[in-house]
Amino acid sequence: MNRRDFTNILGMGTAGLMLPSLPAFSRTVAPEALLETGVDVATKKRLADAAMNAAKSRGATYTDVRIGRYLNQFVVTREDKVQNIVNTESYGVGVRVIADGCWGFAAVVDARSEADTAKAAEKAVAIAKANARLMKEPVQLAPQKGYGEVSWKAPITKNAFEVPIKEKVDLLMEVNGAALKNGANYVNSVLFMVNEQKYFASTDGTYADQDIHRMWPLFTVTAIDPKTGKFETRQSLSAPMGMGYEYLQANPSDKVTGITTRYNKGYDMLEDVTAAAKQARAKHAAKSVEAGKYDLVLDPSHLWLTIHESVGHPLELDRVLGYEANFAGTSFATLDKWKSKNFNYGSKLVNLVADKTQVGSLGAVGYDDEGVKCKQWDLVKDGTLVNYQAIRDQVHIIGENESQGCCYADSWSSVQFQRMANVSLAAGKTPLSVQQMIKDVKKGIYIIGDGSFSIDQQRYNFQFGGQLFYEIKNGEIAGMLKDVAYQSNTQEFWNSCAAVCDEKDYRLGGSFFDGKGQPPQSSAVSHGSSTTRFNGVNVINTARKI
Amino acid sequence: MLTREEAKKIIDKVLSYAKADETAVSLSGGRTGNIRYARNSVSTSGESDNMSLAITAVYGKRSGTATINEFDDASLEKTVRRAEEIARLAPENPEYMPMLGPQKYLDTNTYAESTAKIDPEYRAKAAFDSIDPCRQKNLTAAGYLEDSTGFSAIGNSKGLFGYNRSTGVEFSITVRTADGLGSGYAARDVNDTSKLSTKAATEVAMQKALASSSARALEPGKYTVILEPTASVELLQNMMGSMDARNADEGRSFLSKKGGGTRLGEKLFDERVNIITDPMNAELPLSPFGGGGGRFGGGGSDGRPQERVAWIENGVVKNMYYSRYWADKKGVKAIPSPGGIIMAGGTQSLADLIKSTDKGILVTRLWYIRAVDPQTLLYTGLTRDGTFYIENGQIKFPVKNFRFNESPVIMLNNLEALGKPVRAGGHLIPPMKIRDFTFTSLSDAV
Repeated sequence: MNRRDFTNILGMGTAGLMLPSLPAFSRTVAPEALLETGVDVATKKRLADAAMNAAKSRGATYTDVRIGRYLNQFVVTREDKVQNIVNTESYGVGVRVIADGCWGFAAVVDARSEADTAKAAEKAVAIAKANARLMKEPVQLAPQKGYGEVSWKAPITKNAFEVPIKEKVDLLMEVNGAALKNGANYVNSVLFMVNEQKYFASTDGTYADQDIHRMWPLFTVTAIDPKTGKFETRQSLSAPMGMGYEYLQANPSDKVTGITTRYNKGYDMLEDVTAAAKQARAKHAAKSVEAGKYDLVLDPSHLWLTIHESVGHPLELDRVLGYEANFAGTSFATLDKWKSKNFNYGSKLVNLVADKTQVGSLGAVGYDDEGVKCKQWDLVKDGTLVNYQAIRDQVHIIGENESQGCCYADSWSSVQFQRMANVSLAAGKTPLSVQQMIKDVKKGIYIIGDGSFSIDQQRYNFQFGGQLFYEIKNGEIAGMLKDVAYQSNTQEFWNSCAAVCDEKDYRLGGSFFDGKGQPPQSSAVSHGSSTTRFNGVNVINTARKI
Repeated sequence: MLTREEAKKIIDKVLSYAKADETAVSLSGGRTGNIRYARNSVSTSGESDNMSLAITAVYGKRSGTATINEFDDASLEKTVRRAEEIARLAPENPEYMPMLGPQKYLDTNTYAESTAKIDPEYRAKAAFDSIDPCRQKNLTAAGYLEDSTGFSAIGNSKGLFGYNRSTGVEFSITVRTADGLGSGYAARDVNDTSKLSTKAATEVAMQKALASSSARALEPGKYTVILEPTASVELLQNMMGSMDARNADEGRSFLSKKGGGTRLGEKLFDERVNIITDPMNAELPLSPFGGGGGRFGGGGSDGRPQERVAWIENGVVKNMYYSRYWADKKGVKAIPSPGGIIMAGGTQSLADLIKSTDKGILVTRLWYIRAVDPQTLLYTGLTRDGTFYIENGQIKFPVKNFRFNESPVIMLNNLEALGKPVRAGGHLIPPMKIRDFTFTSLSDAV
């Protein structure tokens, strides 16, 4: 599902038939169906073997099979109304082969028999052979050892699908009530829950069965000022997480207190919406920012998106090589910069790490979608560019003989390709709290929450907004600002990084909708950081009159 | 692919099993195929078929939906029962509107046999016609072609029935110079693939790539720009998507009025701005009923007919779109949200617009457009794949890309001239000359 389809689901309360635009091939089901078990592992192995044998007999030199059951649940409300409850299931099999040195892919919905998967495999081989004549050179696949029959399960403690719908509706009604009571005119709130049951098999000898869970509670409150005719909004400070329903049970240790409460591995939706309603109201009286250079203090609930756009994307090797030139774009972080071993991506304080294993993150999984065991690796070390994110058919280009394990497809019906790992800014090594950081800032802005975001196709020039902006004057928070956006250049920005708070402040942010590819695919990915200071960044005022 | 009769037979069968107060059925299916290439080689290619049926049962104000892709009688009946079961357990939707009775739908021309016949060979040839000229000139092609052929049928227990079949092809191509200093883009979308030449579109992108190499930096600021339709289309589409009447009435839209109410009937734009939707337009035929989901994966329609609607006339806001609930509450006609938009233009070609420009910037494409302020419809984004400086009616040299911060409302007030509309991204949009377009910073991206 992409961002636009999701937006359609959120807007669904208005349509008579209540049919959202669903992900490809999904069907609407009763909530109980989300708790039924899918096809058993022995059957999956049989289906996979049938496909691999069929492909081999038609001339494939490599085959992988992904059997996927994808479950989604959305509970969508506004004010005192449930707008929509949607439960979806999508099941099918995707077969990818190399034949005549070229990739081929075919997928089959609701595959139940060995004949179904064998037929898909034959189609994949035929497509590979048809396109082989347009290849300049054959696919070069990094060797990968088979792991045999293995499994991986996300370490959740409460499966969100086991929680009755009524309990979810009651929570959102309480959240909406609190928003209206505390100054909001309107509130939209949503619970979005995902379970991916994925089985991967390849001719390398891996059969991996995996169970992945994701959870995202979110809201937007709107406050209108009838005197000026203006409206202000504040969105939730939650993060989408690789967690179960336990994310909604916040312990005191999950809360970060300060000018507003922020959250770590547990989220208090009621507390956040109460603050949000008051803050949306307060924004009306906030000072409109004066454009100019400011030192920025960026909370992890904001900085994740800047990391995503200015580090995660440019260091994807497929972009660097030009595979995304027609859509997502290429990258400024070209191979010569990496080869030089002295390209200053950022200041010495900047350590950026790719990680597909981080507990609670959206990208965490045991094995990627081409059967590579997941790991952690450095992208930028002490400010210097040291590596990219690459998969099996690319790693030879950067002189490695093993994939980094960041291949992903958003459905059994989509072909897998290189996707972003969780990319995070390592916490500062010396003790530093947010309060201490702010104390050192003479003229600055403290930004919390993500807002508007835009970056060019080679990832140089970007502009970001936020949810909450506070002016810092001589080491003190002086009040709320509005109409704030900052513009910078990736290398300049990361080189202006002047301080990073320690690991006590480290938190994850993330997105369900990292989009790439044609046809577009969505990937869920987290980005961690501690609060970080960037000096002398250009801030613009976004207020206009129409 | 089912015919009208075949689709109606299945829908009638479903309705014969229905016991709920109201039942609606949506049946859609078809085939979609694609080919993608980069670095002058094919990277992925695929094709898939699907057909699915969604049944919505309603008791009072409670509704439930179940879907299936098997069509034997037993499966259909089972799915009706499941929808009814889900409906009984669903919370009441206080905004539920009773289903519509029979509707008159326009007979629109959205289907072309040439597109329905596309096969893997056709796609491979289309890619070759685009890659080959680039290889010969030492340029690098990255492109994507996607075709779809499908049908959509709707029906309900109040006698409504609608059927439409449609085809479509989308093609886009980015050509880059070997040194990475030049990049050009072109995009086409058609219902009838016999009107598409991937070679001709690629040639435009090749010219832009070669001409855009070694761009010079200009200071950011306010410039007269000529926006090609591929540049302006997304801003216009976003603006039209923000014309929801309920949001305006609730005070959270660019169309909200200070002190309450909406700006319907106000002149918000230059008087030459005229925007309509018209499903019968020969160049941009649309489905006669609204809604419908993505790639045949479900989705549906509340059955409202799509008709010709004037949204902006001589710069005045003439219509906004409504949910049936909100229209009922306000006592007005429930105009559905716009599909392909048609902006009226003039007779001038892009070349004519350039010729009449003393100083300005030609923009091929705008990219990564995101809302900054929904109150003013302020958007930010960047120019991409062919940005040129114009002086004394001629293109003088390529310029580095800019970031813009601009509102389509302000842009359509600063109108200088309109050219002849062409199809872009599912809309019909004229090239337009705009004064004082706001560029706020420079980008090194090529």
